[in-house]
Amino acid sequence: MAVTTEGTPSPRRKTFVETIRHRPEYVLGPSLLVVLLSVWHGLVTWMEVPSYIVPKPHEVASAFYNGVFKGNYLYHAGVTLSEALSGFFIASSLGLVLGTLIAQSRLVEKTLYPYLITIQTTPKIAVAPLLIIWFGFGMTSKVVIAATVAFFPVLVNVIAGLRSIDREKVELMRSLNASKWQMFWMARLPSALPIIFAGLNVAIVFSILGAIVGEFVGSKAGLGNVILQANINMDTSSIFAVLVCLAIIGISMHGLMGFLQRRLVFWGNSGPSG
Amino acid sequence: MKKAVQVQQDEPVARPSVIEIRNLQKIFAARDGHPVQALSSVSLDIAKGEFLTIVGPSGCGKSTLLRLVAGLVDPTEGNLLLNGSPITGPQRDMGIVFQSPVLFPWRSVLDNVLLPADVLKLDKRDARKRALELLEIVGLSDFAKKYPNELSGGMQQRVAIARALVHRPSVVLMDEPFGALDAMTRDTMNLEIMRIWREAGTTILFVTHSIPEAVFLGERVVVMTARPGKIAEVVDVDLPANRGIDIVNTDHFGTYARRIRNHFNARGLD
Repeated sequence: MAVTTEGTPSPRRKTFVETIRHRPEYVLGPSLLVVLLSVWHGLVTWMEVPSYIVPKPHEVASAFYNGVFKGNYLYHAGVTLSEALSGFFIASSLGLVLGTLIAQSRLVEKTLYPYLITIQTTPKIAVAPLLIIWFGFGMTSKVVIAATVAFFPVLVNVIAGLRSIDREKVELMRSLNASKWQMFWMARLPSALPIIFAGLNVAIVFSILGAIVGEFVGSKAGLGNVILQANINMDTSSIFAVLVCLAIIGISMHGLMGFLQRRLVFWGNSGPSG
Repeated sequence: MKKAVQVQQDEPVARPSVIEIRNLQKIFAARDGHPVQALSSVSLDIAKGEFLTIVGPSGCGKSTLLRLVAGLVDPTEGNLLLNGSPITGPQRDMGIVFQSPVLFPWRSVLDNVLLPADVLKLDKRDARKRALELLEIVGLSDFAKKYPNELSGGMQQRVAIARALVHRPSVVLMDEPFGALDAMTRDTMNLEIMRIWREAGTTILFVTHSIPEAVFLGERVVVMTARPGKIAEVVDVDLPANRGIDIVNTDHFGTYARRIRNHFNARGLD
C-alpha cells in the first residue's frame, strides 16, 4: 500500500491513484453499471428473450441515439418538460401563498389540516381522465394534472415548515417587539426553508410524473405519448430509450433543486443526497 | 503576582432605580386544572448600573421573574416599572440573553449582532459601528463574517451577548446564559461578562442556579426559594471590584456561598 514518493514516474498517475483511494465510489459506481449491463446482456442472450420483450442494452442505446439525434425525442422531451415545469411553478407558487395564509391562523390551520391530509394521501392521478375531459388533449390538461399532483406536498410542507420554528427564536423576536411582518420575513420563513425545500423536491418529481400520466390518458405529444406509440408497435427498445430520457430529466431536476437548496439554505444540512 | 485589592468607594448611597418590582404575583393555569403559583409577592428594586444575580433551585420562579421583567408574560398581580413607567409588553430598552445562544444560522455573526438594530430600524451605519465595537469587546472581531455553525458554544454565546447590547439597552436580562457551557469556558465567560459590564455600564439582571456564579458576579444576590417562588434573602456581596476567578477559594467568598446555600439546605429543597 506504500506508494513510493521518490521517483514516481508520472505525477498525473499518482493523483489518479490517490483520487481512487480517497473516493472509491468514483470507480465502484461506474463499475456497478458495467456489471449490471453485462448481467442484463448475458441473461437476455442466454435465455433467448426476444427483443420485443426485453431488448439488449446496445439495442436500447441505438434506439436512444436514433430517437434523440435522428428522431424527435428532444421535441417530445421539451413538451413533457415544459408541462412538468409549468405545473411545478403553479403548484409551488400556490402552495407557498396558500400555505403561508393558512399558517397565519392556528384556527384556520387546525380546521383545514385534516382535509389537506386527506387530499394529500388520496392518489390525485385518479382525476387525470376527468381533467382531460375538462381541459382537452393539449398541454393545458397536463399542466393542470402536474400542478394538482405537485401542489399538496408543497402546501403541507410550507405549513409544517412555518410551524417548525423553535420557541426561543419567536421569544427573541417578541422581546424586540418585532411586528408580525418582521417575525415572518426575518425568522419564520428562513426557519421554514429547509422543510419547504423538502416539499419542493417531492413536487418536482411529482410534476414530471403528473405530466407523463396525463400524456398516457390522452395526448398528442410528449414522452408519455411516445411510450404509448412505441407500446402499440411493440417497439420495446424505444420504450426503454424514453425511460432513459425520463431518468435524465428526473436526475437533472433533482440536481437543480439540490443546487438551489445549497445556495438558498446554505446553513442547513446539504441538499438532497445524490 | 497579587493585584492590589482595589476597595473602590462607590457612589455614596442610593443609585436611582431603573426597575421597580412591587408585590408581583404570577399564577399559571396548569393543564390538569390546578393553577400553579410561580411567584408570590415579590418586591425588588434594581439600581441603575447594578449587576444583580438571582439564584435558586429549578422551579423557584427565577426565570418567570425574568420573563415578567422582559414583558414576555403578564403578571397576575402587582406592578412592574421600568424607569418609572409600567411594563406592559416587550421594551426596546432591554436586551435578553437566553440559555442557548438562539442565533439565526442564515445570518453571519455580524448580522446576528445587528438583528435588534434591524428589527428596531436603527440607523444602519451607527448600528454597524456599534456591532463591530461589541464584537471587539467579546473578542470575536475576526469572526464577523463567519456563520454561527462555524463557532464553538462559548463563542456563540458571546455573539448572543453582543446582540443583547447592540441597541444600547439600559437593562440586560440574562437567563442562565452559561448553563450549557463546560466549567472552564464558564469561568472565562464569567470574567468576560464582568469586564463587559464594567465597559458597557448597563444594568444586568442575571439568573443562575449556580451559587458560586451568583456570588462571583453579583453586587447583590437575590436568593429565591420554591413553592411558591419567593425571595428568601437579598445578599449584598462586598468583594473587590476587580476580582479574578481565584477569589472563589477565599474564606470571604465561602462565607457568602454558605450563607446562600443554607437557605436551600434548611428547606431540604431540590
